[in-house]
Amino acid sequence: MSVSVRLPTILRTHAGGLSEISAEGGTVGEVVDDVVRQFPGTSSHLKAPGGGLHRFVNVYLDDEDVRYLGGLETPVGAGAKLSIVPAVAGGWG
Amino acid sequence: MAPFDSVLDLIGNTPLVDISALSPKPSVRILAKLEGQNPGGSVKDRAAKAMIEEAEKEGRLGPGSVILESSSGNTGIALAMICRIRGYHLLVVLPENVSAERRQMLAVWGAEIISSPGAEGSNGALRAAQALAAEHPEWFFPYQYANPANPKAHYEGTGPEIWRDCPEITHFVAGLGTAGTLMGVGRFLKERNPAVQIWAVEPPSGETVDGLRNLDDGFVPPVFTDNDGPELLDRKMIVRARESIEWTRRLTDVGIFAGVSAGSAVAAAAKGAEQLDEGTLVALVADGGWKYLSTGAWTDDLDEVVERANRLIYF
Repeated sequence: MSVSVRLPTILRTHAGGLSEISAEGGTVGEVVDDVVRQFPGTSSHLKAPGGGLHRFVNVYLDDEDVRYLGGLETPVGAGAKLSIVPAVAGGWG
Repeated sequence: MAPFDSVLDLIGNTPLVDISALSPKPSVRILAKLEGQNPGGSVKDRAAKAMIEEAEKEGRLGPGSVILESSSGNTGIALAMICRIRGYHLLVVLPENVSAERRQMLAVWGAEIISSPGAEGSNGALRAAQALAAEHPEWFFPYQYANPANPKAHYEGTGPEIWRDCPEITHFVAGLGTAGTLMGVGRFLKERNPAVQIWAVEPPSGETVDGLRNLDDGFVPPVFTDNDGPELLDRKMIVRARESIEWTRRLTDVGIFAGVSAGSAVAAAAKGAEQLDEGTLVALVADGGWKYLSTGAWTDDLDEVVERANRLIYF
């Protein structure tokens, strides 16, 4: 399953300057692994040392935070859009 | 109604109004909690008052005290109003790309503005404030992102008000920000009825904030982690600028002139309503539209407003 993955500015330098890439996988975790396989420089930014997502990374599947869906196990369908977004202080303060 | 002793006594007890006319499904009600009715103009009056009163109780503030806070606007404005009344001097670290009205409102109340780089967003303002606070331990730094008085104001105020006015609530929808509103209201409502769902809404700020040097500059509010945010929330979604502005405009159809974050919250509620068979969703309208007039959010071409929104902190 090929899905589009939107990368935040700070990851683009590790992905040849691309803001959007294509990655394969049937779950969010598999797609993230494929991003790391294609662009190994993103690994330390995406993955926590003990596995799972880096604590300052939010992954959104069609604009829904996957931590509140099924986490890395969340299935992704054809045409899905994944956004990798760093956690920052919110704008509503 | 008996006269109030102080404007600060007008904070809270905001009205809840039925806006189901905007619901995509007649069987799903949507209500709006109008926080723009607070005297300082936003939901932030609640946390600001609670943080100041807590510090006063602890003896940390006295005549002429200096207070420092980082804010994208509303918290700064709320603190500025209270500091004016109480005689404290307020310094607000504000990203340079907020709407003009926010600076004007801070000036009205006599607060001093310290600008932080716009590209760094609220994250940059927070970092700058933390650095200044470390240099000046004699200043009081409420640090809204970590101050327990922030969620407490909502646990003791906003939450009980919603439960009193609408015990049939099934979903509460609000912007994440410091997480104070969601944690306080969420905890209160779940204690009353564990089935109530708590939904968080965020602008896609992490995508556009270019000031991050690396991910370790990222930030999750301590208010969120200290209150078991991941457990308390049932859903977290991004609402993009276009949809937020479209819904901010749609709110005027029911007579609500609100800020753009209200458009996001109501957009999320409407999206949720489409997916439900029945329910009663309460969306938090954090402020009125006044501070956004200069952005042309209601009147300019939608594409232009959206383009501008990606450069300006609208929320």
